[in-house]
Amino acid sequence: MRKISGATFAGIFQLALTFPSQGGEPVRVKITNLAFLPAEITVQAGETVEWVNEDFIDHTATETSEEWDVPIPAEKSAELKLTRAGTFSYYCRIHPGMKGTVHVIAK
Amino acid sequence: MMRNSMIGMVAGLVLSTAIAIAADKPSDPQIAHIAYTAGDLDIKAAKLALEKSKNETVRAFANDMVRDHQAVNDKALTLVKKLGVTPVDNETSKALIAQAEKKQAELASLSGSAFEKAYVDNEVAYHKMVNDALRTTLIPSSSNAELKSLLETGLKIFEGHLHHAEMLAHTHH
Repeated sequence: MRKISGATFAGIFQLALTFPSQGGEPVRVKITNLAFLPAEITVQAGETVEWVNEDFIDHTATETSEEWDVPIPAEKSAELKLTRAGTFSYYCRIHPGMKGTVHVIAK
Repeated sequence: MMRNSMIGMVAGLVLSTAIAIAADKPSDPQIAHIAYTAGDLDIKAAKLALEKSKNETVRAFANDMVRDHQAVNDKALTLVKKLGVTPVDNETSKALIAQAEKKQAELASLSGSAFEKAYVDNEVAYHKMVNDALRTTLIPSSSNAELKSLLETGLKIFEGHLHHAEMLAHTHH
């Protein structure tokens, strides 16, 4: 088995540590079989949520008071940057039984 | 509310009687035909709503019905092709079509908010009836695992439609 040198190992470790904060990786919510998974997430203000729709039908992520309304086409993804702190309940407008919650905490 | 339950009961009775007449247990080709027909009829009702209604929420709902039922029916067509199954016309499909044609004619004679109320009420009753048939007869009777799984997904989607239609009905009463 090929040995990984100390420098390479340190490089990988550093990349793993720095990638999330540098790249601003979105927090993912999977949609499968008409459910948001996980149904409840916590993000920091300024972070982005990405909904990945694995269903063959369209969905939406609609905030209960319609502060935001994100269409998520079948087998596609959609993103939303959340800037305001608070707890937001959302649902799918087309299939209102699908529900989720995002807690946005101030930086 | 009472009227809705009555419509649902009568419609459910028509369908369950038709299923009982058709066979003790419908075959997979018959089930595929019934499920496809049920979706197609709801698309037709939605297209009528898009022709007749100017109400934004009713139009949005009708567009959702066209898109979702078309997506499910496209999946069903792909599946029957893959399985080499030819959907077979049957008494239940015929009863569904006869009932829907009667309803379409009734809806076509209405306009404005009277049409919108009747359309939404019928969507509640229709989805109740079809969901009930899926739950009690079509899903338990299907032999092929992939067909059963698609019907189960369909039921979840149509339960979402029923929930949506009930919310709409509430705002139109």
